[in-house]
Amino acid sequence: MSHSNNPHVLIIAEHDNQHLNNSTRHVLAAAALLSNNITLFVAGYHCDSVAQEAAKTSGVTHVLLADKSYYEHHLPENLANCVVSLLNTQKFQFVLAPSTTFGKNVLPRIAALCDTEQLSDICQIIKQPDDETIAFIRPIYAGNALETIISHSPIQVMTIRTSAFPISAVVHQEAVSIETLESCTDLGLSQFIHIEATESKRPDLTQAKIVVSGGRGFQSAEKFKLIETLADTLNAAIGASRAAVDAGFAPNDYQVGQTGKIVAPNLYIALGISGAIQHLAGMKDSRVIVAINKDAEAPIFKIATYGLVGDLFNIIPELIAELNK
Amino acid sequence: MLKILVAIKRVIDPYVKIRVKPDGTGVDTQQVKMVINPFDEIAIEEALRLKEKGKANEVVIVSIGDNTCQETLRAGLALGADRAIHIATEQRTILTPLNIAKILKKIVEKEQPDLCILGKQSIDGDNNQTGQMLAGLLNIGQGTFISSLEILDDKSIKINREVDGGTETLQLSLPAVITTDLRLNQPRYATLPNIMKAKQKPLEAIALDTLNLTLQSSLTVLKTEAPVIREGGEMVESVADLVDKLRNKEKVL
Repeated sequence: MSHSNNPHVLIIAEHDNQHLNNSTRHVLAAAALLSNNITLFVAGYHCDSVAQEAAKTSGVTHVLLADKSYYEHHLPENLANCVVSLLNTQKFQFVLAPSTTFGKNVLPRIAALCDTEQLSDICQIIKQPDDETIAFIRPIYAGNALETIISHSPIQVMTIRTSAFPISAVVHQEAVSIETLESCTDLGLSQFIHIEATESKRPDLTQAKIVVSGGRGFQSAEKFKLIETLADTLNAAIGASRAAVDAGFAPNDYQVGQTGKIVAPNLYIALGISGAIQHLAGMKDSRVIVAINKDAEAPIFKIATYGLVGDLFNIIPELIAELNK
Repeated sequence: MLKILVAIKRVIDPYVKIRVKPDGTGVDTQQVKMVINPFDEIAIEEALRLKEKGKANEVVIVSIGDNTCQETLRAGLALGADRAIHIATEQRTILTPLNIAKILKKIVEKEQPDLCILGKQSIDGDNNQTGQMLAGLLNIGQGTFISSLEILDDKSIKINREVDGGTETLQLSLPAVITTDLRLNQPRYATLPNIMKAKQKPLEAIALDTLNLTLQSSLTVLKTEAPVIREGGEMVESVADLVDKLRNKEKVL
């Protein structure tokens, strides 16, 4: 599909009704490769501060705000309904959302209601030699193959792998205009009851510069706690392999991998993780990978920048002591 | 009592190392062990547990694809599903999530289930779209990435969803579509007597052509290639050596 040189991009903002989530900034970084005509759509409740923040975020050219009680918890039925009516009245060539549980939940519904396909988890955007066609690369089979795809749809809908589009320090601009949208209705198909947020003083797993991740090698939930002191020493986020989550050592939102979170920190320390392909899918783009495992044959050593063979329970205290020197 | 429809997909065994075809046309699926997509197995398990608890009275499984899907459906029947529907197609290339959702919509309209359970994603395409698209096309509620399910009455369910920041609880009106996450349950294994019994269970084959759907795709896959393999493998002898490398060579501390 050829585009005008400056197609209109719509980004569905992820936020908590107070602040933009950083995932939205990663999507903006991807959108900047497509166009400099970027509208940020903010739907929520009492979320004016988010719209203000969006208007001042560099790269955004316009902000649309839908502020209603039935958007407060981002229920996908109501949110999709609102975006689809917007797409019916205004012309956008691209609709983007982060490939987080927020974006993955709502965007396919929007695509289906627009009768268009979705591209999931885009990790690279390539302008073709003719400079009009744009190709997208996305991982399949847990990242063991990469597909290069072009879409011929007049509206191209896609989720963006946040770790693949780095952001620099937040840059502010003079606030652009904020337009309040006519409200849609509450479809009443689902109801929010509550959210049990994982409380953590540590950096967010997908944003942290350093991640320490534990696997089945920790043997028990009790022993998994050893990782916390190391994480605190490094000001790191904590991750876990699926095996560790399945065994109940760590909560599900710690999971790094094909079906969990995708991370690409400067430093990823894998402790007691053998390196199943499903786990590697979630961390292999980290800049430096350290693997510590007592099994010298563990597949993780093949991709690790540095490997150290040994017993976790000896190495972790030693590592903490060395880091504190 | 609920009627439950579970959609299942035949995929390459997730523990098999895939081979990308050297000509860039895709992933080799010939002579490879195929299984029910792991998330779909969790979906079947959840449906069976509802039936065993007396909350559901029928579990229907459906799969879309060529004739090899029937083997996958038999495996689902062996786990305990009551009957199976095979949407027979030769046109694999057009089976994008949107088209799958359009086909499933036809089946939902025919079968009128109270609840559709799908895996949150298939481990081949990793799209994570079909359930959300189906719910959208049907204009009904959706609950994605669920880790628990409670049937409140014939008209509503309560679910917990695995979201980035924790666990979200929602109530959905029925009919609805839900998609499974890993922690929902631990699927059972088929027993030999059930594998034998499955051979007698009804399996209806419906040709895709008879569903009166015009299916197209706006996507063209230019190529499929293997990723660049990360070069690693430097071993260090001690913690001090490691910290020195991270501090002074990589400058990541």
